[in-house]
Amino acid sequence: MLEIKNLNVTLEGDCGKVQVIKDINLSLDNKKIYVITGPNGGGKSSIAKAVMGIYPISSGQILLDGVDVSTMEIFERARSGIGYAFQQPPRFKGIKVRELLSWAAGSDEAEKLHELLFEVGLCAEDYLDREINTAFSGGELKRIEIASILARNLKVAMFDEPEAGIDLWSFQKLTETFVKMNEKYDTTIVIISHQERILRLADEVILVADGRISEITSHEKILGEIQLLDSDCLYNKDCCKGGRPNAR
Amino acid sequence: MLDDIDKRLLEEVADLHEIPQGAYNIRKNGKGIQRNTTANIDIITKADKPGIDVIIKPGTKNESVHIPVILSQSLDDLVYNTFEIGADSDVVIVAGCGIHNSGSKQARHDGIHEFFVRKGAKMKYVEKHYGEGDGTGDRILNPKTIIEVEENGIVELEMVQIKGVDKTLRDTIVRLHKNARLIVSERLLTYLDQSAESDITVELLGEDSTAQVISRSVAQNDSKQIFHLNMRGYASCRGHIQCDSIIMHNAQVSSIPEITALDSNAELIHEAAIGKIASDQLIKLMSVGRTEKEAEDSILHGFLK
Repeated sequence: MLEIKNLNVTLEGDCGKVQVIKDINLSLDNKKIYVITGPNGGGKSSIAKAVMGIYPISSGQILLDGVDVSTMEIFERARSGIGYAFQQPPRFKGIKVRELLSWAAGSDEAEKLHELLFEVGLCAEDYLDREINTAFSGGELKRIEIASILARNLKVAMFDEPEAGIDLWSFQKLTETFVKMNEKYDTTIVIISHQERILRLADEVILVADGRISEITSHEKILGEIQLLDSDCLYNKDCCKGGRPNAR
Repeated sequence: MLDDIDKRLLEEVADLHEIPQGAYNIRKNGKGIQRNTTANIDIITKADKPGIDVIIKPGTKNESVHIPVILSQSLDDLVYNTFEIGADSDVVIVAGCGIHNSGSKQARHDGIHEFFVRKGAKMKYVEKHYGEGDGTGDRILNPKTIIEVEENGIVELEMVQIKGVDKTLRDTIVRLHKNARLIVSERLLTYLDQSAESDITVELLGEDSTAQVISRSVAQNDSKQIFHLNMRGYASCRGHIQCDSIIMHNAQVSSIPEITALDSNAELIHEAAIGKIASDQLIKLMSVGRTEKEAEDSILHGFLK
């Protein structure tokens, strides 16, 4: 179980300090799929990055199975069982797909690496010995990023907009992979997404806006509301008066 | 005879664990100490200056020549080597110099190599430089490489210097004739107060000649690096220079590009970048469980591979 208690994150930006997470509390159970959704810039990715240790927290606590990981380094959290798939994964000159996946899996066993790439719709023969450099398209890079998360038997796996750049066939396979990962390893899966088909996977949907959780709900409810309301209103119901969104 | 230090140096610069198969010439402390020739590859001592002539017969295929240099004393060694790569041959030449300096005086090797790659010949030239020893004397390596590539010739240069060389001035000049092709891969690492300067000039003289130069370096501590990469297109040709450096600590790197087109059909590109290790790369590798040090080492190792 992942527990987030009174979490606050303030970052130093070009325009000074910005509080991107405001007093968030969350309890994420094992073996459940959570989808975090909400407006751009609302703090969705910031929550995941704070959990991974990429963003330092200002106050609060992050507990994994009761152990406080708040002060741990990124690699320590990774070794504890937390994983994060980047929205825009980095490229590396000279590092091959095989190396990245082997580090992630803790093994260079060929069968395992082939299976990982198959899960994300890539052919191992074509990809394992290629460098993760600018020759890859955004979609290819994204699939390799997801494979690097699948490689690890994680307690909490977070995916930041995993659908971006993925074609339809692979998208279908990806959703199946999330479900399989969730069932097979008891992994808590957190997906940051706006995609309806991803939302449908969710046991619970967490709406985040303006650095706060505005609602935790079911996908049935939120998908029903999408058809009725302007999507912005979903994230902040106070903005509506008489069924019309206020200008903000 | 080769002692343990010599053997270690040979392993570092030429991946040799024992005396190589095929043609070779081992130079130690300013003198040739062992040599072998084959039916297709002759090695002759120069009469007018220190050095050798390596003559590869036309049509020689899948043969190699090892010409490592070992310096285990504090001395200045100057050598002139000339290579005649016969038409339509396909060979690998493994050069390289290893210095073990345990003294207080400098140990320096200046290797001037001139290659004539004849029509249709293919040559891969591998040059590794390495220094070691606990002495205070500088370990200095100054290679000068001049290559003439005739019509349809192909040259691949792999030049690596990643440990123990205090000062280096590398000068490489390549002239490409009609439909000749060049691929250069340079890797440099400097640390402490080492300095390295690499000047590479490529002249695309012939129609349809092509050149690709990829130089990658890492500068650490207080070391300094300077790169002058110069490509000149005299005909309808294509050339691409990519010069990337990772800078760390208090190091300094200058990358000075020059591309000159003297024909309206010349297509030349220069890309140069200097920067720290990208934080997102470090974070990504740490997020799969590598420590910061392991992540940094992996990135640097990959970059210089």
